[in-house]
Amino acid sequence: MENRKLIELKGICKSYDGEQVLKNIDLTVYDNEFMTLLGPSGCGKTTTLRMIGGFEAPDSGEVWFDGKMINEVPAYKRQVNTVFQRYALFPHLNVYENVAFGLRINKTPEEEVSRRVKEMLQLVNLAGFEKRHVTTLSGGQQQRVAIARALIMKPRVLLLDEPLGALDLKLRKDMQNELKNIQKRTGITFIYVTHDQEEALSMSDTVVVMNAGQILQVGRPIDIYNEPANAFVADFIGESNIVDGIMKEDYVVNLAGRDFPCVDKGFEKGQPVDVVIRPEDIDIVPAEKGMLTGKVTQVTFMGVHYEVIVDINDFLWMIQTTDFVSEGSEIGIYIEPDAFHVMPKSEWSEIFGDYSSYSMEHDLLSENTGEEEEE
Amino acid sequence: MKRSLAQRSVIAPHVVWSVLFIIAPLLFMLFYAFTGPDGSFTFENVSRLFTGNYVLIFVNSLCLALIATVICLIIAYPLAYVFTKLTPKWQKICMLLLMIPLWMNFLITTYSWMTILEDTGIINTILGKIGLSVHMINTPGAVVVGMVFCYLPYMVLPIYSVMSGIDHKLIEASQDLGASSRQVLTKVVLPLSVPGVISGITMVFVPQVSTFYISQKLGGGTFQLIGDTIESYFTGVSVNYHFGAALSLILMVLIIISMGVMNHFADPEDVTGRPML
Amino acid sequence: MKTASRIFLVLVFIFLYAPLAVMILISFNGGDSTTVMDGVSLHWYQEMLRDGATLQALKNTVLLSVSSAVVSTLLGTLAALGIHRMRAKHLRSAVMTVTNIPMMNPDIVTGISMMLLFVFTGTLLHLDTYLSFWTLLIAHITFCLPYVILSILPKLKQMDRNLPEAAMDLGCTPMQSFLKVELPFIMPGIVTGLIMAFTLSFDDFIISNFTSGSGFETLTIHIFAMTKKSVKPDIYALSTLIFFVVLVLLLVYNFASGSDERSKQREKAARKRFTLRLREERGEL
Repeated sequence: MENRKLIELKGICKSYDGEQVLKNIDLTVYDNEFMTLLGPSGCGKTTTLRMIGGFEAPDSGEVWFDGKMINEVPAYKRQVNTVFQRYALFPHLNVYENVAFGLRINKTPEEEVSRRVKEMLQLVNLAGFEKRHVTTLSGGQQQRVAIARALIMKPRVLLLDEPLGALDLKLRKDMQNELKNIQKRTGITFIYVTHDQEEALSMSDTVVVMNAGQILQVGRPIDIYNEPANAFVADFIGESNIVDGIMKEDYVVNLAGRDFPCVDKGFEKGQPVDVVIRPEDIDIVPAEKGMLTGKVTQVTFMGVHYEVIVDINDFLWMIQTTDFVSEGSEIGIYIEPDAFHVMPKSEWSEIFGDYSSYSMEHDLLSENTGEEEEE
Repeated sequence: MKRSLAQRSVIAPHVVWSVLFIIAPLLFMLFYAFTGPDGSFTFENVSRLFTGNYVLIFVNSLCLALIATVICLIIAYPLAYVFTKLTPKWQKICMLLLMIPLWMNFLITTYSWMTILEDTGIINTILGKIGLSVHMINTPGAVVVGMVFCYLPYMVLPIYSVMSGIDHKLIEASQDLGASSRQVLTKVVLPLSVPGVISGITMVFVPQVSTFYISQKLGGGTFQLIGDTIESYFTGVSVNYHFGAALSLILMVLIIISMGVMNHFADPEDVTGRPML
Repeated sequence: MKTASRIFLVLVFIFLYAPLAVMILISFNGGDSTTVMDGVSLHWYQEMLRDGATLQALKNTVLLSVSSAVVSTLLGTLAALGIHRMRAKHLRSAVMTVTNIPMMNPDIVTGISMMLLFVFTGTLLHLDTYLSFWTLLIAHITFCLPYVILSILPKLKQMDRNLPEAAMDLGCTPMQSFLKVELPFIMPGIVTGLIMAFTLSFDDFIISNFTSGSGFETLTIHIFAMTKKSVKPDIYALSTLIFFVVLVLLLVYNFASGSDERSKQREKAARKRFTLRLREERGEL
């Protein structure tokens, strides 16, 4: 991937009715990358996207595109196109006319229009649907029309606002693959907004985790997962046990009343930290051999694995394992040094902890996820 | 997105029009009501309303409108209920049949009622064959018949549209919980259709209070209603715009009050949020 | 129970159709009476068609209702767009309240208040005849406006906010986006408003009675004048004729055309005229 800066956001702030939805956002998007803005509903991801599209103006800060400041450039002059959340297909036009719409506006010759529309419909697997009315299409088909309509403009950047939000799980998986393929084939930069962490991890080159109008972390999916910047990211991406700890010295962290060897360094001696241990990184061993011991309080069969909740000194840990243990049994746990991920304390530290409030927290995060952010 | 001046100013013609032709006329009505023929300020027009039989005229109009509204409701409510029980096809046909009379101008239909109700009219001709005769024309009853006829569909429509909008699952749910069909009606359908009843009453009562042609034709001038009185001061022989304006003003105030009362009964929590008129 | 409700249904319809039946019957009367049939003839239809004043009134009415429908639809469409885009809640509800006044006020009050405005400005300008076609047109536009606006606003509300944005995203200027995307979307509402304004204007008597001058007689005013004099069945002939024209239009409107979805929309549109006064809608809009 060539590292050419395509879009830069510099110090973007935005408020609605006195409520700050974007707090000093800085972001760089490189050419040809698939970037995902990930965060819970209301985190400002859609607003960020709309700012790039030209549908919102920042209160302060600058939007740069290909070396030029574009704050004052209206949406219809920008070299970006958008796939909207509920597709926003023109209900009075058929599939062909919807896709041809942009070309018609810039007065492309008719032969070229029909050639390119045909190409596009083939690309999104909708050949033969030209005359269909868009209101008669299924959700997945409407989605493809929306993508074709935007891609036909040969944009430098394609903005996608939760494009798969309204589709059912199976269809969503298929469309994820298809979108990724389209992005590879066309080489267009994609900026993708979603609240679905799995979607973000599996599709993107770069993931941007946002919450409460701030960017918390930018990085490759694997880095975001393995090296979360703070408790929020750790909790939002995947499952995690977030434990209060103290950094004794380099490579030694103290938690749950004992010292563990780890691979982290560079903290002050005695600095309080958040320690993340992913549930799949914990091994279950006989109680007498465990680094820590506790009692199994709940076992849930998830298909590939079991989700085991273990009470260790009143802190509920989650463990994902393929070995069955029975509820009520005493077990020990074993954690490899590289499974500890130590993070400095942050404003999110207190919110996330063990799995005693699991379901409530889950509700909090998934609430209103299907809705739009503004208003 | 920034809004251009052009986008903002689309409302301008409407605002100008509303000020010139909605607000200004009402102000002129106010102005005429409180001035004499020489243009000087006076309370005379308003105080004159409380002399003579003007109070009686107001009371008559309100009573007659109230009676007609109640009769409309008594007919319309079961009618709407019966409609909702029909098959969709028949519902459509019945709605159409209900609407057709509305497309006939009320001047004509009122005149037809004269033909029907007159002493030598159709009903009495038929009754005469069996030796009976009923005097109907030029009575308050005849006026009520005319009013009910003119406004009945306006009462049926909102009630029907609210009733047919009631989620059938609610009815099934109440049956599931053990409600008899009578209880379904009183405990579910009735409370849920209140908004329709309220808007029906609003739509029917206002024009009935202010009606003027129906009472002239079917009441035969034996008693005056407020609408007739107002009209006579503007187009009749004894033209007096100032007093006519005062009468209209009072009529408007009365209607605003009765609407306010209606709104209050309709939804006590939400009265303030709604426009008064 | 079933028979009882059927009988009830039939009785109500008899009540509603009795005057129409009388009207149609008498229009074919051979004699002069409006109560007793004296043979069947088309005499009164010939009479009516020969009456220049009636035909003139018909022409006037069509002219008036077409122009007031067109003007109020134009004004109302702009107004609906403006109201829809208003952000300030209080201002918006103030505009809506004022807009609804002609709909909520008794027609007689609207009529006389407009008459007083015209009378006052007329005397101020020393005009001899201050009531004319133009005053009538202004009055009709004014009372049609709220109906037009209220039939377009729900359409605007239904429109996905992203729709115009999608158009601009694809290169439309705001103006192009309006013409190519928003206008087609709200067109059904505009057409409903236009038809509603036309029928309201065509059918109006009370407001016309106060705002028309002697020089310009509409059909309803003509009929009113006729009923003041001794009545002959020619009015019935005229009304029967209008009735059948309306009936044919209604039936065509409801059954003959379009898919089921479309006729459903149309039935809704026709019903709208009445339910527009619903307080719920006012609360919402």
